[in-house]
Amino acid sequence: MIETNKLSKRFGDFIATNEITFEVDKGEIFGFLGANGAGKTTAMRMLCGLSTPSSGTATIAGFDIYKQTEQIKKNIGYMSQKFSLYEDLTVTENIRFFGGIYGLSNQQLKTKSQQLIHDLGLEKEAKKLVGALPLGWKQKLSFSIAVLHEPKIVFLDEPTGGVDPITRRQFWNLIYDAADRGVTVFVTTHYMDEAEYCNRISIMVDGRIKALDTPRNLKNSFHAASMDEVFYALARGAKRSE
Amino acid sequence: MRTIRFLLQKEFRQIFRNRSILVMVLVMPVMQLFILPLAANYEVKNINLAIIDNDHSSYSQKLISKITASGYFRLTGYVFSYKEALHLIEEDKADLLLEIPHGFEKNLVKDNHEQLFVAVNAINGTKANLGGVYLSSVIRDENNEIRLQLVEPARFQAQPGVEITTSNWFNPYLDYHLFMVPGILAVLVTMIGGFLTALNIVKEKEVGTIEQINVTPIKKHHFILGKLIPFWVLGNVVFTLGLVVARLAYGIMPAGSILLLYGFVWVYLLAVLGFGLLVSTYCDTQQQAMFIMFFFIMIFILMGGLFTPIDSMPDWAQVVTRFNPVSYLIDVMRMIVLKGSGIRDVLPRLGVILLFALVLNTWAVLNYRKTS
Repeated sequence: MIETNKLSKRFGDFIATNEITFEVDKGEIFGFLGANGAGKTTAMRMLCGLSTPSSGTATIAGFDIYKQTEQIKKNIGYMSQKFSLYEDLTVTENIRFFGGIYGLSNQQLKTKSQQLIHDLGLEKEAKKLVGALPLGWKQKLSFSIAVLHEPKIVFLDEPTGGVDPITRRQFWNLIYDAADRGVTVFVTTHYMDEAEYCNRISIMVDGRIKALDTPRNLKNSFHAASMDEVFYALARGAKRSE
Repeated sequence: MRTIRFLLQKEFRQIFRNRSILVMVLVMPVMQLFILPLAANYEVKNINLAIIDNDHSSYSQKLISKITASGYFRLTGYVFSYKEALHLIEEDKADLLLEIPHGFEKNLVKDNHEQLFVAVNAINGTKANLGGVYLSSVIRDENNEIRLQLVEPARFQAQPGVEITTSNWFNPYLDYHLFMVPGILAVLVTMIGGFLTALNIVKEKEVGTIEQINVTPIKKHHFILGKLIPFWVLGNVVFTLGLVVARLAYGIMPAGSILLLYGFVWVYLLAVLGFGLLVSTYCDTQQQAMFIMFFFIMIFILMGGLFTPIDSMPDWAQVVTRFNPVSYLIDVMRMIVLKGSGIRDVLPRLGVILLFALVLNTWAVLNYRKTS
C-alpha cells in the first residue's frame, strides 16, 4: 500500500526526514514512532500529498507521490495532530460536508452519517456544534470522518494526544474495525502501550528510521521487557529535540 | 458542481452563525452611511473670526454685523490691538483677523477710499483659504452698498466689467451628500468585501481546517469559488442596503440605470474579492492579512478620488490611481448616480475592472497551494 525509497525532506540546511525507506502492506496497522521533532509529521505530510518531498520516491496505493497527488487524495483519509473539523458546524453538518466533498452520493451520505452517529453514540449530540464536544469525542468523530469515504489508507497523526485512557481504548477499537474492513492504518503515537497494538512499528530518530519490525521482534532484539525500553534505547541518542 | 454546493452550504452556515460578520454586513454600513456624509462635508462653517476695531464708527459696526450675519463666521474676539488678536491666533481661538483701521469711516466718506487688513491662520489650509475668500466676498458686497449710498445713482457711471455666473450641472445646489454618499458607499463595499474574504481563508489556515481540506481531492478553483460566491452575495447585500439608506436618508435616486449600477458592482465585487483572496493566499495569520489589507485599503481610499480629485494629483499619483479599483467604482457611481451616464460611458471602466477581476482571481487560484 505504501512504498517509500530514500524519501527526504529538507528545509534549507535542516533535513527533517532523511532517506526513509519502508513498506506498509494492505490492512496493516503500522505504528510510526519517534521523539518530538524526529520528523514523523513531515514524513506523514509528504505521504498525504500535503508536502512535496525534496528527494526519493514513494507510491501510495499505487500512485506516484509527485505526479498523482490528487489520485492519492481520493484514496486516503487523514486526521491531523491539530483538531481540524469545523467547530462552528454541527456533527451532522461536518459529516455531510466532508462526505460531500469526497463525492459520496446523497443516499450514501444519509445512510453513512446515520450509521456513524449511531456507532459513536452521538445521537443526542448530532445537532450540537462540534466545538462544544469534549476532546475525546471530537477525536473519535474526526477519525470516523477520515474513514467515511472508505479510503484505502488512513493516516493518523497523534490521534489520541490528550485523550483519557478509556476513550483511547475506544479509539483503538475504531482503528481495529477499520483495519478489519481492509483499511491500512498508518499511525503516529507517543504512547508505548498503543505501539503494542500495531502490527509493525518503525522508530524514527533524528529524521532516520532506526528500527522497523513487529513489537515482539523489536523487544527481543533489544532484550527489552517493554516497548518503553526499546524506545528509550533508541531515542536516547537523539540530538534533536523540541 | 456538487462540490461547490457543499462548499457554499458550509460557508453560508458559518456566516449565519457568526454574529460579528452579520453585524459587519448589516449594521456597520448603515451606521457609517448615516454618520460619515454629515462629517465628511467640504462646506466650511464656524470660522473663528477676531476683529480689531480701531474705528468704533457706525460704518465699522455695520460691516461687522454684516459679516457675523453671513452665518459662516463666529466672532470669537473683539479686541483693540493687533497684538492681542495675534495672541488669539496663537491660542488657536481665531482662524481669521480683520483689522479695521482708525478713521475708517472718515476716510471712506472723505477720500472714498480705505483699506482693511485681513490676517489668516493657515494651519488648517482649507478653512483658512475658504474663510479668506468668504470674508473678502462679504466685504466686497458691503463695498458695493457703500458705493451706492455715497455716490448718487445719477452720477454713477456704469463701469465695464466681466461678471461670472456659474451653473452647476448634475448637482445644481452643490449638495455634498449627493457627491459623498455614492463615494462612501463605494468604499464601504470595497472594505467589507475585501476584509471578509482576506480574513476568511487565513482563518482556516490558523485553525487548521484548511489542512483537512487540502488532503481531500477538492479542486483548487472549486475551493476559491466556494469562498468567492458567499462574499459576493454579502457584497451585494451591503450595496443594496447602502442604496436604500441613500434613498431614504438623503433622498438620492440614481439618475441613471440601477441595473447598470448593479452590473458594474457585480464585476467590481469579483475584482475586490479576488484581491482579498489573493492577499489571504500569501498570509499565514489573520494579523498579517489585516495589516496588508489596511495598507492597500488606505491607499485605495486616499487615492480613489473620494476626498480629493484625482485630476489635481501629481502625474505619478494619477498613474497609481489607474491601478486602484476603488477609483473606478467611485467614478462610475458618481457618473451613474449624478450624471445618469449610460452603458457606453461606463464600458471602458467596466473593461478595466473585468481585467482586474480576471487577473486577481487567476492569480489567487494559482497561488493557493494544496501542497507546500
